[in-house]
Amino acid sequence: MKVTIDQDKCVASGQCVVAAADVFDQRDEDGIVVLLNPDPPAEQAADVRHAAVVCPALAIHIED
Amino acid sequence: MTSTLNPAEIPEYPMARAKGCPFDPPPALQAKQAEGPLSKVRLWDGSTPWVVTRYAEQRALLADPRVSSDITRPGYPSPAPLNGSSPISFILMDDPEHARLRRMVTAPFTIKRVEAMRPAVQKIVDDLIDDLLAGPKPVDLVTAFALPVPSLVICELLGVPYADHDFFQENSKTIINREASTEQRAAALGHLGGYLHNLLDEKLANPGDDLLSGLTERIKTGELSQRDAAGIGVLLLIAGHETTANMIALGTLALLENPGQLALLRDTEDPKLVSSAVEELLRYLHITHNGRRRLALEDIELDGQIIRAGDGLIMANDIGNRDPDAFPDPDRLDIQRDARHHVAFGFGVHQCLGQPLARMELQVVYSTLYKRIPTLRLAADLEEIPFKHDGSVYGVYSLPVTW
Repeated sequence: MKVTIDQDKCVASGQCVVAAADVFDQRDEDGIVVLLNPDPPAEQAADVRHAAVVCPALAIHIED
Repeated sequence: MTSTLNPAEIPEYPMARAKGCPFDPPPALQAKQAEGPLSKVRLWDGSTPWVVTRYAEQRALLADPRVSSDITRPGYPSPAPLNGSSPISFILMDDPEHARLRRMVTAPFTIKRVEAMRPAVQKIVDDLIDDLLAGPKPVDLVTAFALPVPSLVICELLGVPYADHDFFQENSKTIINREASTEQRAAALGHLGGYLHNLLDEKLANPGDDLLSGLTERIKTGELSQRDAAGIGVLLLIAGHETTANMIALGTLALLENPGQLALLRDTEDPKLVSSAVEELLRYLHITHNGRRRLALEDIELDGQIIRAGDGLIMANDIGNRDPDAFPDPDRLDIQRDARHHVAFGFGVHQCLGQPLARMELQVVYSTLYKRIPTLRLAADLEEIPFKHDGSVYGVYSLPVTW
């Protein structure tokens, strides 16, 4: 699984952090998404997929 | 096709809920959803925008850059007559101005910052329950608990004196009452706008460690006008207390009416089940029952029909959260289901800014109130409870409870 993010589209809803805190974080100054791990292990795949589903700005992209 | 409909057959929106089903969306809206994702409705001004009733189509349109939130555009399906002098903040604007203003206030709502507030919120909730238990009963849960919790929290976050709560709660109630006159609503908005403007004057002179003081830094650098800052303050103050208060009171009523679900929540020590219950109650109750209003900027093809540029769009997310394709057996309250993909906070770039705070407050309330008062029950018949049928945010005006 390969994860990419689009910080320009991000609206800082924080839902990705709730879904997969090992993969996503937020910048302190404005809450915009930070990618901690672009290549998450298989056991985190479901959480990362959920993060992409609930991201309101469609700012998370996943390639398998 | 809808275009061949006799104009008299186009139903009015918003629609009425069924008697005896206070938690369910209007039956006419359910019927529309069963027919298809798109149909026409008639508004207060005679205009006939589209109402979008299905989950997938609502999400697609709310995330579509060809769809505008700009209330000043001709054809925007406004819930009430516009009042030109009232402050309009970023929820009714498009990017890039929307994003510019929104990003000025996102920092206090990050997951980290909100989690750091959890102990303080727990203390607020514990103290209010101490007062409830020491006071007379029956008691109105709305005034004694549901309104104070989020009001105290948002006051602390914004830097608004809680002593002014009667003033801002009353004006907020008028602003979101869909039966209030344009004049009443404009006056209430004017009162709150003036109040925030004065508060910003004080913070400019003596800044503290709160969100409004943070905005004064941007006023000083010229990034933000004081009028826009006051507009943001009004938006966050209203959205910060009224919505969560309704979720606390209406959520409690829904749980009291579903004792099996209440018992599950009361008896659990699992924060995952508490968090799941919050998501399910957000989905099931969907308190913003006025629809999310938008305008098509270009022709958009959907479900074999063409939404024309200039057509109004109403995303009825209350019925979207009851779409059986997204939530099996949607009319059942089930705190163990995975409801995290609900659209109670909307979708797209306008999705609720305060959602991490709302979730945390509700998690604290739902995991504390029923444990500390396990015999909590209604002190009136369900038929006697005054529901906010006239509010753009749904809930109850009062909730008499005892134990």
